[in-house]
Amino acid sequence: MLLKIENVRKSYPGGRPVLQGVSLDLDTAQTLALTGESGSGKSTLLNLAAAMDSFEDGEITLDGTGLSSLDDPGRADLRRHSLSIVFQQFNLIPSLTVRKNLSFHARLAGQEDKDWNAHLADRLGLSDLLDRYPETLSGGQQQRVAIGRALASRPKLLLADEPTGNLDETASANVLDLMLSLVSETGTALLLVTHSSEIAGRLDKRAHLSGGRIA
Amino acid sequence: MTQAVVQALLSHWRAHRIQLATLLIGIALATALWSAVQAINAEARASYQRANNQLALGQFDTLQDPSGLFPLARYTELRRAGWQVAAALEGSMRTNGRTVRVLGVDMLSYPALPAVTQMEEGETPPDPAQILTAPGRLLLHPELATLLTGTQDLPPMVVTDNLPSDLILTDIGVAEVLLNRPGLLSRVIILPNQPRNLPDLAVVAPSLERIDAASQLDTAQLTDSFHLNLTAFGLLSFAVGLFIVHGTVGLAFAQRRAMIRTLRALGVSMRRLVWMIMAELTLFAIVGGILGLMLGFFIAGALLPDVAATLRGLYGAPVSGQIALQPEWVLAGLAMAVGGTLLASGQALFRLSRMPLLSGAGLQTWRVASSDRWLSPIAGSVAILGGVAAHLLVGGLVSGFAMVAGFLVGAALILPTLLSLALQVLQRRATGPIAQWLWSDMRAQLPGLSLALMALLLALAANVGVGTMVSSFRLTFTGWLDQRLTSELYLTPSNQQQAQEIAEWLAPQVHALLPIRNVELSHSSGPLFLYGVVDDQTYREKWPLIASSSETWDRVMDGTAILINEQLARREDLWPGDVLSLGANLSLPIAGVYSDYGNPTGQAIVSMDRLDKITPGAKIRGFGIRVPEDRATELAQTLRDRFDLPSRSVVQQAAMKAQSVAVFETTFVVTSALNILTLGVAGFAILTSLLTLWTQRLPQIAPIWALGLTRARLARLELLRSVLLAALTAVFALPLGLVLAWTLLAVINVEAFGWRLPMYLFPSDWVYLLVLTLVAALIAAALPALRLLRLPPADLLRVFANER
Ligand SMILES: Nc1ncnc2c1ncn2[C@@H]1O[C@H](COP(=O)(O)OP(=O)(O)OP(=O)(O)O)[C@@H](O)[C@H]1O
Ligand SMILES: [Mg+2]
Repeated sequence: MLLKIENVRKSYPGGRPVLQGVSLDLDTAQTLALTGESGSGKSTLLNLAAAMDSFEDGEITLDGTGLSSLDDPGRADLRRHSLSIVFQQFNLIPSLTVRKNLSFHARLAGQEDKDWNAHLADRLGLSDLLDRYPETLSGGQQQRVAIGRALASRPKLLLADEPTGNLDETASANVLDLMLSLVSETGTALLLVTHSSEIAGRLDKRAHLSGGRIA
Repeated sequence: MTQAVVQALLSHWRAHRIQLATLLIGIALATALWSAVQAINAEARASYQRANNQLALGQFDTLQDPSGLFPLARYTELRRAGWQVAAALEGSMRTNGRTVRVLGVDMLSYPALPAVTQMEEGETPPDPAQILTAPGRLLLHPELATLLTGTQDLPPMVVTDNLPSDLILTDIGVAEVLLNRPGLLSRVIILPNQPRNLPDLAVVAPSLERIDAASQLDTAQLTDSFHLNLTAFGLLSFAVGLFIVHGTVGLAFAQRRAMIRTLRALGVSMRRLVWMIMAELTLFAIVGGILGLMLGFFIAGALLPDVAATLRGLYGAPVSGQIALQPEWVLAGLAMAVGGTLLASGQALFRLSRMPLLSGAGLQTWRVASSDRWLSPIAGSVAILGGVAAHLLVGGLVSGFAMVAGFLVGAALILPTLLSLALQVLQRRATGPIAQWLWSDMRAQLPGLSLALMALLLALAANVGVGTMVSSFRLTFTGWLDQRLTSELYLTPSNQQQAQEIAEWLAPQVHALLPIRNVELSHSSGPLFLYGVVDDQTYREKWPLIASSSETWDRVMDGTAILINEQLARREDLWPGDVLSLGANLSLPIAGVYSDYGNPTGQAIVSMDRLDKITPGAKIRGFGIRVPEDRATELAQTLRDRFDLPSRSVVQQAAMKAQSVAVFETTFVVTSALNILTLGVAGFAILTSLLTLWTQRLPQIAPIWALGLTRARLARLELLRSVLLAALTAVFALPLGLVLAWTLLAVINVEAFGWRLPMYLFPSDWVYLLVLTLVAALIAAALPALRLLRLPPADLLRVFANER
């Protein structure tokens, strides 16, 4: 099992509990859609799986490593080497060119592969944009760069939080198609947060979050 | 409605108290340093004015002989011809170990001076006969009276506070005795209300020159340069303080955008908002200005005694050591505070007024359009070239300062472009992803930080420049002291008879006895002290000549040539080969020019024989005594005992040097104090800029953090960023500071003080300054870095959250 979430609880200071015993499994090369109402805790769960925040109870195991016992550097290390994330926005580093952004994560992880980068850029239709800065790109182009960067480091797990939430329908379909085909080509496991049941239907599994639990 | 809007606007400050404090501190610092300098200048000017009034300077035209003193007969002739004139004799006298100015006036005909009026209106006015007949009376300031109490051979004293503290006013008959100038006059003043049909002055007194009342106030001119110096520093500090205001106001406006948008959506017009914000800023400016004035008053009070010492030391200008609170000063300070605040906020206000009603918060665009990118470096180059051109074409002190200003402003304008280019190069050469990000990120932050970095550049350059000047001066000065103070002992006899006795007693037992004799002549350029020297190897080997001709000393010693000091040389443009005129029937070729730091007046040296011929009976002021060093202390004591001399009349070389260096140090206390204050203000400017940028910082940091960097690492990188930017700025500040130093030494000093100094470099000072800068940058970045370190992950994650 690549990602194993067991009975996780999480609350924010001063608020009522957001996650109240969530359990979830994801196998290598498997894809899973996480749905739920706004405010149900989808992003919260994804951020926990991405080793970006701490939780009160339960355990999350990523590729054999338990997250609850990790300290700050340990979590950062995990983010660098074992997984990649694509958010809805603000994924890119504004001061670096598209080319530098594409290779950034892979270089941080110490596994840059120039041919692979070029291939990804080509597949994502970014070859002509490599020397531009993020702010000069359209929303769809920015998200494609984010996906390219996420996959350039060849992660085992890709976490995506409504990656097309800010895009119009055509751009959204285009970006998702590209992401799903690249994910299946590379055998990357995917945890995708989405509002759309149409998209959710295209993935291997589906989990619905409601009332702090998986329904 | 207004009330509701005011409440909404002010609520921001309640939530951001530190920001409010920063804004007020910025305004206060800018106002404080500026008004401190103004207070000092005003007090000094008031002192000169007081002295001028007390001596009726600049109120009457005078007649003088360009070559010096002239006989009483000229005056009698004028009177006989019907001219209403009054005579005066002025000179300096050494008594009780200090030099005192003596002004003798014809008490009967001279216009009533405040001191005299005061004496006559006093409770026990002295009988006029007592004043006019021997021994007469001396009018002097109580301070001077205390110093002279117990001095023998002085007429009775009458104290008055209506005189400068270094001057004795007396009847001309008393003065000619005290000064040993029987029958001689320095000048006559032309009284108002002359009868009609007077014979032409050119006929009655052809040898005398008429000098306009207005052109007599030369103290003011001489010291103007010093005050200009201070003013320039004050202005620099003011500008640096405004950088802080600019940064804080920019931040506050950025944070209030959402509120202002809402207010506009609710129907408040932009114009109304702009007016209300201006009113708000004015209020803050007044509050900050008042704080600044209090601080400035305190700083001025602390610095004035040193300034007074400087002015007395350099120009002999009397300044009282106390600051008085003037209403004009308060109003001017507040006006500067308000004007400066509005100026510094202008850009932010303008941007705000142009803000469209509907626009996303979005990320601030950081790369400027390429057409604009070259605007400020071009303007900077123009400023530098303009300053240099002004100096080359116009010349003089003011254009020297124009060049300095051109360099400072120009370099500040060019700095962001230079930094950006440097960072680009560094980014290209960096290999690791984090290093590449760091450099590129620094470049992205430049627009937000550039004002603070400009402030830092100016403060650093001023530090290097002034530091180099002072240190060069110190080095030159101590070297020069070594050359000038060659004798192991210096002795001041009590009177001429004792001088003879001491000379006879000493001659057989020392290597050399170098009498110091001088007379005060009056030259067209002002008073000229003529010294006589005996031929001795000491002079030939050590005297600090900066220009000489062939056989300089041989010609001086055989009486056919003269040496002059640098001040006289530069003022009159006289150099070896030229001729110095000493009165109607004597001119001598100039054989050399020597440096003579710290002396405001002209000086010249001839052989002792020549001096005797020019003015027979010039008094011996003292002796330089050459003895083996190990005998100096013992001999000094023997001399004191044997001739009953007070201990300060026999001074050893080392003590003399220490004394001179101490005088020198006080001269520059003010400049170094202002220097340090300016650097502190610049450090504060960096802090406010970093805090300003903080709000825009999270969207840049959060992605990096998400990709696997710890907050601790990011915090360290924040510190590094600030330190690296400060270091790069320091690298550019160094050459600028050296250019500044050169300008100060080779242009400003020559114009202001009349001497030119060689420039020495002090790399260890630069290292010290660099360390100080890096520490300041580190401290400035510590607060934002600490915030980052403590930031909950949820706050970083919120950057990516949907609701933005
Ligand atoms: N940093 C935070 N501090 C306090 N409460 C938070 C924080 N982040 C999220 N919450 C709360 O936790 C709950 C779950 O938020 P979360 O962002 O996970 O929802 P979501 O399912 O992703 O919603 P959406 O579909 O709108 O993105 C919400 O009620 C939200 O208000
Ligand atoms: Mg969400």
